[in-house]
Amino acid sequence: MARRIRLIEICHARSGDKGDASDISLFANDDAAWEIIRKHVTRERVAEYFKPVATGPVERWEVPNVQALKFLVHGALGGGAPRSLRSDNLGKTFAAALLRMEITVEE
Amino acid sequence: MRTVRIGAGQGFYGDSLLPVLDVARYGDVKYISFDTLAELTLAILEKGRRKDPTAGYTRDVVPMMRNLLPIAKEKGIRLITNAGGINPRGAARAVAEVARELGLSLKVACVTGDDIYDRLDELAAQGVTFADRETGQALGDIRDRVLFASVYLGAQVVADALATGADVVITGRTTDTAQFLGPLIHEFGWARDDWDRLAQGIVLGHLMECSGQVTGGNYQVGWEEIPDLHRIGFPIAEVSEDGNFVLTKAPGTGGRVDLKSVKEQFLYEIHDPTTYITPDVICDLTTTRLEQVGENRVRVSGTTGRPAPPTLKALLGYADGWMGEGYISFSWPNAYSKAKRAAEIIRKRLEMHGVQPEEIHEEYIGINSLWGALAPEPVDEDRVNEVRLRIAIRTRNKKDCEILAREFPPLLLSGPPTASAVAGTPQPRELMGLWSTLIPRELIEPYVQIQVEEV
Repeated sequence: MARRIRLIEICHARSGDKGDASDISLFANDDAAWEIIRKHVTRERVAEYFKPVATGPVERWEVPNVQALKFLVHGALGGGAPRSLRSDNLGKTFAAALLRMEITVEE
Repeated sequence: MRTVRIGAGQGFYGDSLLPVLDVARYGDVKYISFDTLAELTLAILEKGRRKDPTAGYTRDVVPMMRNLLPIAKEKGIRLITNAGGINPRGAARAVAEVARELGLSLKVACVTGDDIYDRLDELAAQGVTFADRETGQALGDIRDRVLFASVYLGAQVVADALATGADVVITGRTTDTAQFLGPLIHEFGWARDDWDRLAQGIVLGHLMECSGQVTGGNYQVGWEEIPDLHRIGFPIAEVSEDGNFVLTKAPGTGGRVDLKSVKEQFLYEIHDPTTYITPDVICDLTTTRLEQVGENRVRVSGTTGRPAPPTLKALLGYADGWMGEGYISFSWPNAYSKAKRAAEIIRKRLEMHGVQPEEIHEEYIGINSLWGALAPEPVDEDRVNEVRLRIAIRTRNKKDCEILAREFPPLLLSGPPTASAVAGTPQPRELMGLWSTLIPRELIEPYVQIQVEEV
């Protein structure tokens, strides 16, 4: 059976900035979660999710030694911290935004 | 095998000055390293230096040293900080002055050569194009608007400064990790091409450079259970000569060192994990092993490194217009709708004034000021008791920003009802663009100087 879950149920995360890109790490809580996010949290899925706030592409890396995915969401910080008009000019809260993303998993 | 203990002092300009005192008193460390410079920090320091030519370094280095130097002196702890910002000599003078006031004898080493603002034309004449590191775009007319230009120096200059016997090492734009790897190179005599040990030292620096972010601060899931954040212990590493280390914190302090806290910092802001580039070594973070080996103890080992790059990264900041902003709050009923109506009024007022901003940014604090368009809209407005509107604009001139700010207070009398807390008219803020580029090391490294002052 398929079930919708939020990533926060199986992951933790942290985000920061580099220039105009939001740099987000997503960590699986255990082996099962790692298999799920590897499969379901694709570059395309994350790009679609951040589309409303990002002007550029999304890059994705797998980091198996810490069971994590690394995303760079380009063009998400209003031009970069010192020229951004955003209150969260460093994208510190985008990790939480990713944790709120829903995926469909097989039971 | 020989080991050394090293502690972290501050993770940015403005970090608390209290935790470092616990590191010094109870951490049993030989070195305390500070990373005070984020990308944004140089922009802040440049604004300060324009108002006062003796500024340009992180000012909190003075109160910090006043509290820390007596303990450090007594315990023989050596301090390394990039508090110099864009004026390392100014910072070194200020620290020496503190030592004099306290009647302490002190040797302060100051590293310069990272600041290339006065060398831009000379470097261009030598063929440096300053092309953008990512897009390849030429610097062009931005050249005339450059406000600061600094190259990221690596750990070797820190090790060289420690070799002078200095108690305190002050640098300008060194990498976040240099202050941490430098003492290890100095202590263990690691060779310049001992890539794997250097890579371990970089991972150590990277884990420690953001202070409390590795010991339970900004702990994303499970934060409620982290004890005593008011007295968070900043990170301490016990490092072996072979480069492997255990990350921990001082006994009696709050916070927590566990796999989650360490992992979150491990990948923080590193981009491509297979290729973490520093002036000292290129690290492959997919090779690192993290293991919990005790309460508040995580062992870090196995990172592999590749030869250091032939270029150094430089960061240029340039003037890029002005930001103006205004704030106003509304209460129930229909707080969100009222705030949206107020935003419409402000936009129309800007048109009436003939102000045409390059960008208008609208945020509703309490609804979407942090996530923007990713934030879900409230399903039931009746449950939203208050909303604060913030509008920010980017313009080429300061006057337009003042016009925006002045249109907020009138809304108290002539806008939607239950408006309050306008908070005056915020001052326009100068915006800065950042330009990142690569420069051959041989054009920079011969210019590095270490000056030692004895008090």
